[in-house]
Formats: sequence, C-alpha cells, structure tokens
Amino acid sequence: MSSDAGHLTGRAGSGGALTGGVISGGRPRFGSGLFASELRVLFGRLRTRALLLVLAGVPVLIAVAVKLSAHPPRPGEGPPFLDRLTQNGLFAAVTGLFIVMPFFLPLAVGVVAGDAIAGESGLGTLRYLLVVPAGRVRLLAVKYTAVLAFCLAATLTVAVVGVAVGGALFGLGNATLLSGDTVGLGTALGRVVLVALYVAASMAGLGAIGLFVSTMTDIAVGAMAGTVTLAIVSQILDSVPQVSAIHPWLFSHYWLAFGDLVRQPIAWPQVGRGLLLQAGYVAVFGSLAWARFTTRDVLA
Amino acid sequence: MVDLDLAVPAGSVFGFLGPNGSGKTTTIRMLLGLASPSAGVARLFGETMPAAGRRVLPRVGALVEGPACYPFLSGRDNLRRLDAADRTRDARREARIETALERVGLTAAGGKRYRAYSLGMRQRLGLAAALLRPRELLVLDEPTNGLDPQGTREVRALIRSLAADGTTVFLSSHLLAEVEQVCTHAAVMRVGRLVTQGSIGAMRAAARPRLRVVTPDPGTAADVLTRCGLVATSTAAEQASDGEAIVSGELTGQAPEEVCAALVGAGARVRSFGVEQASLEDAFVALTGEGFDVVE
Repeated sequence: MSSDAGHLTGRAGSGGALTGGVISGGRPRFGSGLFASELRVLFGRLRTRALLLVLAGVPVLIAVAVKLSAHPPRPGEGPPFLDRLTQNGLFAAVTGLFIVMPFFLPLAVGVVAGDAIAGESGLGTLRYLLVVPAGRVRLLAVKYTAVLAFCLAATLTVAVVGVAVGGALFGLGNATLLSGDTVGLGTALGRVVLVALYVAASMAGLGAIGLFVSTMTDIAVGAMAGTVTLAIVSQILDSVPQVSAIHPWLFSHYWLAFGDLVRQPIAWPQVGRGLLLQAGYVAVFGSLAWARFTTRDVLA
Repeated sequence: MVDLDLAVPAGSVFGFLGPNGSGKTTTIRMLLGLASPSAGVARLFGETMPAAGRRVLPRVGALVEGPACYPFLSGRDNLRRLDAADRTRDARREARIETALERVGLTAAGGKRYRAYSLGMRQRLGLAAALLRPRELLVLDEPTNGLDPQGTREVRALIRSLAADGTTVFLSSHLLAEVEQVCTHAAVMRVGRLVTQGSIGAMRAAARPRLRVVTPDPGTAADVLTRCGLVATSTAAEQASDGEAIVSGELTGQAPEEVCAALVGAGARVRSFGVEQASLEDAFVALTGEGFDVVE
C-alpha cells in the first residue's frame, strides 16, 4: 500500500454528541476477567490436559518400575534420588521432577508459550480480542502470566502425583536428605514443594523466550518447535566444555540446581543465581515480546 | 491507500464498496488499529488510531474478514471469552450473551462447539460477538458471506433494525445489490483510492433513467430518439425474424409519453415501451466511467 500523504480518516457523526455513557458498567480492573478466561481456555483445552497427564505419568512410571523390579536401586544407581525411593515415597516426586526437567517440561512449556500469541493469531481470534479492545500490553501480560501458571501447574502435578503414588507404594516418613541429615515428614514435604516452585521458576525464562517467538509468527506449531529447539540447544551448549565461558549465561544452566534444596541446611548460592538468571531472561525476552507485539500489524 | 476521508454520518448504513483487492479490508484494519499505515495516520471518531484505541474501540463493534473463534469452545463460551477481554465489565454478561445469540438466531446452537458450526452459523456468531454490547458504530466486513438467501435476508433485517436503533453501520461489501438494498450512503474504492462517496439517492440521481423500445423498425426509432434529444442511444438486434431490435437511450428530461407519440408519429411500430430507473450499477458506471468489477 503506497502512500505519500496517507491521511485516513473515518468519522461517525458530528463529534461531541457521540461521547457518552453507552458503555457503562463495572469498574475497570486490570486483567482479572481476561486472566480468568485465559486460564479457563488454557486448562480447558484437551491439549493442555494431555500435557499434564504425560507429566503426571512420569513419577507413576518411576515408582511402579522400582516397585516391580526385583532389585531395588543401589546407592548411586540410576538418576539422583532414585536410590532413596524405596525408603521414602516422597522421592518419587523429586526423581520425577529431575526426569521431566531436561525434555518433557521444556516441551510442555514450549507448547503453551509458543501457542500464546501465535495460536490466537492463527485462529484469527487475536484480531477480535484486540478490537474489543483487550489492549496489546494487557493481553501480553495475561498470556505470560498464564504461561507461568502452567509451569506451576505442571511441576505441582508431578510433585503431587509423585508424593501420592510414592507414598502409596513405599510409604511416607522421615526422609534422609542429600546431606545425610534426616528430617521429619513435614519438613520433607516442604522441601518437595520448594523444589516444585524452583523448577517452575526455572521455566520462566523459557516461557518468555517462547512468548517472544510466538509474537513473531502466525503459525503456532512453528513457535512451539522453535522454543523447544532453543531449550535443547541451550542444554547441548551447556554440556560442551569448550564453550564453558557462556555456560553461566545459558538459561538451562541452573535447572538442576534444585538438588541443593534437598540438603540440610539449604545451599542457596546456585539456586539464587538460577533465579536471578531467569529474571534476566524474563526481562530481556519480555521486553522483546512487548516491542514486537505492540508494533506489529495484525493481518491474520 | 491514498488520502482517504470517509464521512460516515451518524445513524447511516454506510456501504463501503470496491472489488476484491481494492483496499476495503486494509482500510478497516487501519481504522481499527490492527495495522498501521505505511505513511500518515488513520483516524476514527477524529482520534488517531491505534493510539486512541482504548477510548475509541469500546464504541465500535466489528466483524473483520469473516468470523474467527476457538474451535474447541462452544458458541456461547466464545462470546464469554470475548466479553471477558473487555475492560468494562458488568454483571449482566450472561443476559447480554443470550440476547446477542437470540438476535442472530443461534440460541439453540449456542452450546455446540464452534468446530461443528456451518459457515453460516459461524458468520452469525461473528455478528453476535459484534452485538455483545451496544455500540455507536458497527463495522461489518462482508457480513453475508457464506449465508444462504434466508440468512442473508435476516442479516439485512438485522442491519436495518440496528440502524433504526441509532447504530451507525459501516458495511463493507463487493456486492452492489446488497449495498443497494440496505445502505443509505456509500463509498466506492478502486485500487486504494476513493472513487466517490455520498448518499445512495444522490448517486442514483447522477445516472439518468433509460428509455427502452422494442420495435421492428430500429432505424426509424433510433432517429426519433436522437431527434428528441436522448443521449447514448444504442440498438441491440433481437432474435426475431422481422428485424426486431431493442433501441434505448438515456432521458435528459423529456417526458416519455412525448417520445412515444413522436415514435408513433414517425411510423415506428412500438411493441414494448418502458423507462428503466437507473440501478446503482448504472450510477457507478456513470460516476466512474467503467464497470464495477474492473480490477487492475
């Protein structure tokens, strides 16, 4: 559309007479109505439920496999925490989170975050939301908050199902932590919740990256694949010693630091650095998503 | 899109006409703040878009480029979702949703998933979404696309009743007949430029009525018409064996009965005689000097 003196005006009526209380009603409130609706749409979707179901299956699989095997895992065998499972069912949750961390969880978060804007755009619903007007910044904020809510729901699902199944098969009780100290069940459960929260927070950066990728395309599957690919690339780079200089800056670098939360006392340095790094990624990619989404033309 | 200024009078049904690709939808996108002009600004209600969207858009309901909903949600849930996106909230959401569904005849199908809707039902749901709240301006882009004749009639009746309630309707269409039937005003686009705009009556008045004579003596008749002062006379031969033809010309103020008398006086045998009011299509031909569906 070429235009030199592009002046495009639509007028309805003669100005002042049209302003008035046609749209009255409730006090405007930030996002709450839209956020509730976003959660309903997100968690009402078959796809979201399927993702959560797959995640919930991981601790079940671990607990049942260990229960059925003739030889309980010896100390140091298998993934971390697995050897403690037979003593305390709680560790089904922690082992489950450890196993979903590198792939299943980033995959699920990539699907949800990549779909956030691109999905609406692909369906065409984005233009109707914007015309309502939902507000671009508000919509982006609501979408990202919903992604965080999904991260939390995902890790809590693994934790709760892990504790339930592990408890049913192996019983719950005092737990021996990685530091060798034994703590009561209450403290141990608190640690499991902390681990779930940390794992969810570890996904915040990936969620922001996914949101940014999602603002760049109308094809949701592309945004999902792109986001998951970045998660894999980050972990591959993290395992290559030759590029160790950039390791502390990779968003997946501190993902497994949650083991420090299962010590007595808790070792905070790595966990703290992990959270700070995630905050940095959220700031950078959140800003990029904002810059992109508030200026782009919505043509789909 | 160059220097386009659409004067849409309040309370009018404004037809926005143009062939496919003439820039109708692009104009609507810019006015609604979905797209930005490559240069210059777009204004709606005198305010710059998209900057003033938060103030302006609540006054506007829109159906842009066909309906778009979540296929996995029911029609009713789709409306709930859109209503939740609105910052201004009130407790009567459910009642408003039911009213909107009723207005477009979807009450019975409201619980069905959008995925299972026919094209016509989808179009109706899109209209219901635009009608969720009272609006000053409704922007409807091809609202009868995919509707059967019955549905098309219902939509026309709906547009008329909305206009009667004082809502200004901005109706984009490539169908002349549709605009002619419901609109009070119209604008015509061609390759990004505004060709003309004004009231339908004024446009129609710009085209002259046409006198049409069926006669086996076309030569004599044509002479008479020219002598009487009719312009743009033409002769089209018919299939009949005796040289019957249609001779026609545009009246420029002559009384048809006098032309008829002159024809008979000159000895032209008149088998059929009539005056055709100019259709909007003729008006556009007169105004633009070419057929409507010309795309370059």
